[in-house]
Formats: sequence, C-alpha cells, structure tokens
Amino acid sequence: MSAPAFEIAVGGAEPAHGFFANRLIQRLLGDPLGLLGLSLVLLVLFCGIFADWITPYDPFKIAVPERMQPPSLVHVMGTDSVGHDIFSRVIKGSQIALVVGVLSIALSLAGGLAAGLAAGYGPRWLDNAILLIADTAYSFPAVMLALAVITILGSDLRTIVLVVVIFQTPVYARLVRTSTLAMKNSEFIFAERSLGAGSVRILVRHILPNIIGPLFVLGSMDIPSVITLEAGLSFLGLGIPPPAPSWGRILYEGYNLIFDAPWIVVAGGIPLIITTLGFTFLGESLRDMLDPKLRRMV
Amino acid sequence: MVVYTIQRIGLALLICFVAMTVLFTLVYVLPGDPATIALGPRATAETVARFRIEMGLDQPIPMRLANFIGMVLQGNLGSDLFSRRPVTTMVMEVLPHTLSLIAAGLGWAVLIGIPLGCYSAVRRNSFIDKFTAVISVGAISIPSFVVGIYALLIFAVKLNWFPAMGAGEPDDSLDRLYHLVLPAFALGLGWVGYLARIVRASMLEVMGENHIRTARAFGLREPRIVLRYALRIAILPTVTLLGLAIGGLLSGTVFAEKVFARPGIGQLVVDMVASRNFPVVQGAVLVTVGLFVLATLLADLVVAWLDPRVRASL
Repeated sequence: MSAPAFEIAVGGAEPAHGFFANRLIQRLLGDPLGLLGLSLVLLVLFCGIFADWITPYDPFKIAVPERMQPPSLVHVMGTDSVGHDIFSRVIKGSQIALVVGVLSIALSLAGGLAAGLAAGYGPRWLDNAILLIADTAYSFPAVMLALAVITILGSDLRTIVLVVVIFQTPVYARLVRTSTLAMKNSEFIFAERSLGAGSVRILVRHILPNIIGPLFVLGSMDIPSVITLEAGLSFLGLGIPPPAPSWGRILYEGYNLIFDAPWIVVAGGIPLIITTLGFTFLGESLRDMLDPKLRRMV
Repeated sequence: MVVYTIQRIGLALLICFVAMTVLFTLVYVLPGDPATIALGPRATAETVARFRIEMGLDQPIPMRLANFIGMVLQGNLGSDLFSRRPVTTMVMEVLPHTLSLIAAGLGWAVLIGIPLGCYSAVRRNSFIDKFTAVISVGAISIPSFVVGIYALLIFAVKLNWFPAMGAGEPDDSLDRLYHLVLPAFALGLGWVGYLARIVRASMLEVMGENHIRTARAFGLREPRIVLRYALRIAILPTVTLLGLAIGGLLSGTVFAEKVFARPGIGQLVVDMVASRNFPVVQGAVLVTVGLFVLATLLADLVVAWLDPRVRASL
C-alpha cells in the first residue's frame, strides 16, 4: 500500500524510504551551493572521524619551547601559550563538535519522535501538555537557560547535551505531531484500521517511515546550531572543560591572548565558519528541494 | 481584537508562570540537597545555611513556589548570596546597557536588511540579488561571537578604529555610542541576513498578487507600488520575526558583552555562574524571559492591528 508523503516539508506525494534519499542526492549534486555545502560538511566529518590519525602533532602535547609561535610551515596555525599545535587541536576539536552535535540531536530526535507520535495519535490532554511545554521552551533565550542549567549541574558534556535536548525535543515533537495529525485521518490509515491494525502497528509501520526521512534531514541541519552553542559556552569558559580542545575553548584561550597571539582566535573561528557555512548551504539546498512552495518562490 | 488581546496576554502570562515554575524547580530536579547542589561541594556551611533560608527550603515545595511567584510579582527577585544586594537592583543597573545593545543591533539590521530584501525582490535574479542571497546565508550562519571576535581583532586591535572594551563614559553619549558600534555590528549582522531574506520572500509573494497587478494596470509608478502597496503587506512577517529576534538577541548579547567586556545582563549571569550564585542567575534569566515574552506579545498585537486580514479573522 502506498503511503502519503511527509506533510510538513515534502508537500507532494512521494513514496518513502530509499527513493526519497536517491532523488535528494541526485538533485543535490546538481546544485553548486548545495555541493559546496556537502563538501564542507564531508570535510568536517572526515576530520572528526579520522582525527586521531590525521593530526600532525599530538593535540594534547605541551611543548613550552615552541610556545606562542605564529603560523609557519612547521605549525600551520601556530602554537598557543603552552606550545600546543593549534592545527592539531582544531582537527581534534571537530571530533568533540561532532560528538556533541550528533549525540544531542539524536537524543532530541528520539525524544521528539516519541512525544510527537504520542501527542498526534494520543489523547487531547497529552497534545495540549506537549504544546504548552514547547511554547515554554521557546520562551527562554537559549543561552540564558543553558547558563541557568550549568549553574546547577556544572559545565561538562552531559550538561550541554541535556540543554540541547531540553530545547530541541519540543521542536521535533511539534513537527512530528503536526505530521501525525495530518496522516492520522488519511485514507490509507483508515483502511489499515478497518483491517484491524492496532495503534502501535499503524504508528510504527505506516506513520513513522513517512516522517523519519525528512525529520533526519531537519535534525542534521540543526547540528551546526548545537556545535555553535557548545563553542559559545566553551568560549565563555562554561563548556566542555580543558584539556579537551573544543573550538570554543581555542577561542577562549585565543581571546585572552588577542593582543600577543591573534592567530589563535583566527584559527579557532575558521572551523566554526566552515561547519556552519557547510551545513547552512547544504540545508538551504535540501530545504529548497523538500519544499515545493519555497522552490516556486525562489 | 479586544478578545484576541486578552487571550494573547493570558497566554503570555501563562508562559511566564510556567517559566517561573521551571526556573524555580531547577534546583529540585536532582536527587539530594538542593542547597548543596546549587552551591557546589566547596560552599561554606554559612553560605549553605543562608541559601536554605533564602530559598525557603524548610517549607513544603508548593508553598515555596507560591512565595517565589508572589515575590516576583512584587518585583523582588531575591538577593545575591554573597553580597546580599537585591537581585532586582543588580539587574536594573545593567539592563539599560543590554537593551541599548539590542536596540542598536536590531536597529542597524532593520535599516540595512529591509531595504536590501526589498531591492532583491524588485531586482530579482540580478547580480545584487544573487550576491545578497549568498551574503545573507553567510551572515546568518556565522556565529555572532565569531563575528564579534574577528571585528574586535580587525577594527579594535589591528586598526584601532574603535574601542576594544567597556561601554564608554556614563555621562558622554557620544562615547557610549562609539563603544556600541562594534558590539552592535557583531550582534546585528546575522539579522541583516535574516531580515533581507524574509522581506525578499514576502515581497515576491505579495508582488504576484492581484491588487499589485491591478495597480500596475492603472499605470501607477513602480516605486509607489513597491513602497505604498507591496512593502506594507510584506513587512508583516518581519514584525513577527522582530519579536522572535529578541530571544536570539538576548542570547547574542551574552557573547557580545563578553567579547567587548561590556556590562550587561549576560555578563552579569556569566559572572554569577562561575560562583554558582543561583538567585542572581535565576532572577536575571527570569527578566530575559519576561522581555522575550513581552516582545513576542507586542509583535503579535502589532501584526493583528496592522493587518486587516488578521483583524477580520479575530
């Protein structure tokens, strides 16, 4: 039985599963800006996955005689106040950025999917409760709530992941809820129900496959925001504690030496710019493809 | 419209109430003694005891919540754990700096972003349009604190055109304005991109509508059509966005105040996080939530007031 497409983003009728992904990749390869975004994202992914093998120096090695050296052929991005090779730390930092980004978005997606399916298919009171929680989560300036949570829990990886989950789960829950509500009353669901299918089977076998593909795309586009939040908190000295070479930490150390060693802040900002630009270009391209209304407008 | 206004104010109050509850219960979500959790293991017995009294930990939780909300409604946000100063006073001292930074950041974003979006829509597919599209995406995606640090490095450290830190002399308006330039630039750059994109998309939609075609058929000049008929409608989504922008800008000011060593609510919170001074953090965050909720409420009411279609549907 053919199923209708994702209500929020896709709009038109397309079958789910592999066909969706294949068409997306084909169209992405034909868009220069999307291709540039994809290349930058792949570069960050490559650095993150192979960081332990491709760093020219040990990113944690302290070499005091080589401290505060400007960029050169030996140290491409220079060294910091204790002689760390900054380029190696930037590469290693991509691993931290990806772990924070992927882990927190994956947990938020899982939570949002469960809550959204329950809200869309479950009782009305649950729906109302989830909407109120979502509205309240939106009413907090993100960094401010993060700072309040850090005051209580202290700054580490778990706290940052928790903050992201608090913010992102209601966003995905709302999206999934809207889709579920729209699909709940479609003919193929009525047909399934009349054939005796239970709620769990309908949710898992019919509604979920239609939501999950575009939701993953949307989730992956939120990864740079999470990376930026982590870097921002680390820049404030409240992110992942040292010696982990988070990009924000590099910026924090560089900021304190901005008059004597300006290359450190420059180096700390570059990977953030590459990551955010890459994901944004890729996201823009994917969004144009997924949203026919927007495509017509642009 | 009156009913809608009352409903919308009711929703805003409900959200503020839930936000107050969330902030209040934050110290109770973990197992263990809230005073020890909030203050950390290195807190002295005296500080812990003071915190217990401050937070009313000897009373039942619903009573504490009611007391907390009652205090907030009277403008009392508690007091600093260490200096004993009222949090309301501490927040009010720095709030004007934050508000002026937000106003300046948003102000220049509006002044540049809206005309840019309008021009891009009118000259669709021109070089300026394509250039604006790429620049907008770039401006949106680069984190504001990275823009701030790079701006500090280039314009303050290297070129020495602008001051690197502080908010300027309190009684010298020009000096304060001078100190505001770089932080406002860093804070507003992303919003220039956002506004340009929203206005462009909205203008393109409006320019295709029947009343614009009719205006053209009547021989009205293009600038009049754009400014008098199209922009008036196309600006409405921007008003909603400006309300939402306050939340993003309040987050952005935390970084801008840190980068440019400016006093402000963000800087206050960051300083207090390090010393785990939860009452100050709680109070300051609550004020930012209040500001954000108020901004979105005003934006919604302005849109309802400006747009006859929305007004008619109420």
